[in-house]
Amino acid sequence: MGRVDGKVAFITGAARGQGRSHAVRLAQEGADVIAIDLCGPVPGIGYPPATPEDLEQTVKDVEALDRRIVARQADVRDRDALKAAIDEGVAELGRLDVVVANAGICILAPWDEVTPEVFRDTLDINLTGVWNTVQLAAPHLVTAGGGSIVLTSSAAGLKGLPFLTPYVAAKHGVVGLMRAFAHELAEHHIRVNSVHPTGVDTPMGAGDGMAQIGAWLEQHPRLAGMFTNSLPIEITQPVDISNAVLFLASDEARYVTALTMTVDAGNTQY
Amino acid sequence: MAGRVEGKVAFITGAARGQGRSHAIRLAQEGADIIAVDICDEVPGLPYPPATEEDLAETVKEVEALDRRIVASRTDVRDLAALQAAVDDGVAQLGRLDIVSANAGIGTQPHPTHELTEELWRDMIDINLTGVWHTTKVAIPRLVEQGEGGSIVITSSAAGLQAYENIAHYVSAKHGVVGLMRTLALELAPHSIRVNSIHPTQVDTPMIQNEGTYRLFRPDLENPTRDDFVPASQAMNALPIPWVEPVDISNALLFLASDEARYITGVALPVDAGAVVK
Repeated sequence: MGRVDGKVAFITGAARGQGRSHAVRLAQEGADVIAIDLCGPVPGIGYPPATPEDLEQTVKDVEALDRRIVARQADVRDRDALKAAIDEGVAELGRLDVVVANAGICILAPWDEVTPEVFRDTLDINLTGVWNTVQLAAPHLVTAGGGSIVLTSSAAGLKGLPFLTPYVAAKHGVVGLMRAFAHELAEHHIRVNSVHPTGVDTPMGAGDGMAQIGAWLEQHPRLAGMFTNSLPIEITQPVDISNAVLFLASDEARYVTALTMTVDAGNTQY
Repeated sequence: MAGRVEGKVAFITGAARGQGRSHAIRLAQEGADIIAVDICDEVPGLPYPPATEEDLAETVKEVEALDRRIVASRTDVRDLAALQAAVDDGVAQLGRLDIVSANAGIGTQPHPTHELTEELWRDMIDINLTGVWHTTKVAIPRLVEQGEGGSIVITSSAAGLQAYENIAHYVSAKHGVVGLMRTLALELAPHSIRVNSIHPTQVDTPMIQNEGTYRLFRPDLENPTRDDFVPASQAMNALPIPWVEPVDISNALLFLASDEARYITGVALPVDAGAVVK
């Protein structure tokens, strides 16, 4: 029997990378999936955007596991589209138990090169998008009598990594959201936790923007240690984050709430 | 299907009953062999009956019923030489070491901090803090020598992250193990050995289910019972439950011990129904 057998999980940013990995890992353990992704460009991202074909691949991967999936192209900034996707998915799959607010962007720039547009887009997607996701999905968990919400933050949600000011601000904000929701939703047996990855081997983690970090660090050598992982590895795999999400989503973690779960190879301890 | 810790060997202190026995069984269910130690003896001033040799024998029986091997000994975590012998003997018989659960600990009667006796303070620190250091000290050389990484999980408490009145010795020891966890996480990372702590709220074991705890939580009643304890205990937690079960702590331990958590180190993981953020 799977560790999340019979549950339904709503996952944002599910076309590829961590989001697809979460969909596949939860499906392997018995969950059906409601998947959304923008599948389109955001100005300034230093990596190619996800595509409708990527989302279609997630659908294929989940269906190959004999689980059901409802996938929609939707933007976490668009509350109407987001609500429609959630409500239609729940209508089709019958319930909702798990929410993974994973969608996000990452645009690197030294502090004095961040534009108002980049700051706004990052906050809109990485923070307000998470709030939209939780606020619109949680009513279904209340109806179900409980559930698990996992917010994807970052090591940059716990420490001020350089060249990422809007990202750091948004990801710290997600921790505040997580703690506030954890309290208000506890009376419904709904748990809310955040995961905090270090670098993950995905299109976002391998884009041109990341390549620039080395050059900036040469100009600012005192910051160089901040990206260092304590464990002797350079990067984690999406499944490592998915395994943490799976634990938090499952009933094994039924009394775990308000936790900032680092999957960071010790990065935030260093 | 292979278990989640198949082929690994776990060293567990305080394994005669309660959380420790639950850890042994849960890890064995997922394929691990066990090295189990417990003092099985009195510690002065405890408001609950001590674990017994029969309790430890029951843990052995339950692990063996799962077709896993277990090497159990009556050992006090305060006795460094005996603890070293216990882990060495276990490794000699079971062939390796992968997981360390520093679980042994005592609870206490409440006292205002300035009224704690030297003996109560010393026993608490000796068992709940120095005993944890001993447990890691005797196990780390084997993990390093083996060269395949490993997972050390230290049992702290909600009281390791926030204070509670009138149990200063317990709060101090449980905070202390967080410092030990963080230091070890850094020191052992180059060897791919991960170190994390777990922070339970009240767990339904003999350590809390006793008259002393009932009186601590219900000073308003002359003869408080388990039922009287429920609302007072639930008031600690954000989730609407009075306490968690040993298996809830074991499930967190299992996750941290398994390769699923291969890049998770330095985490203070509350299994506390939201007690710490409340």
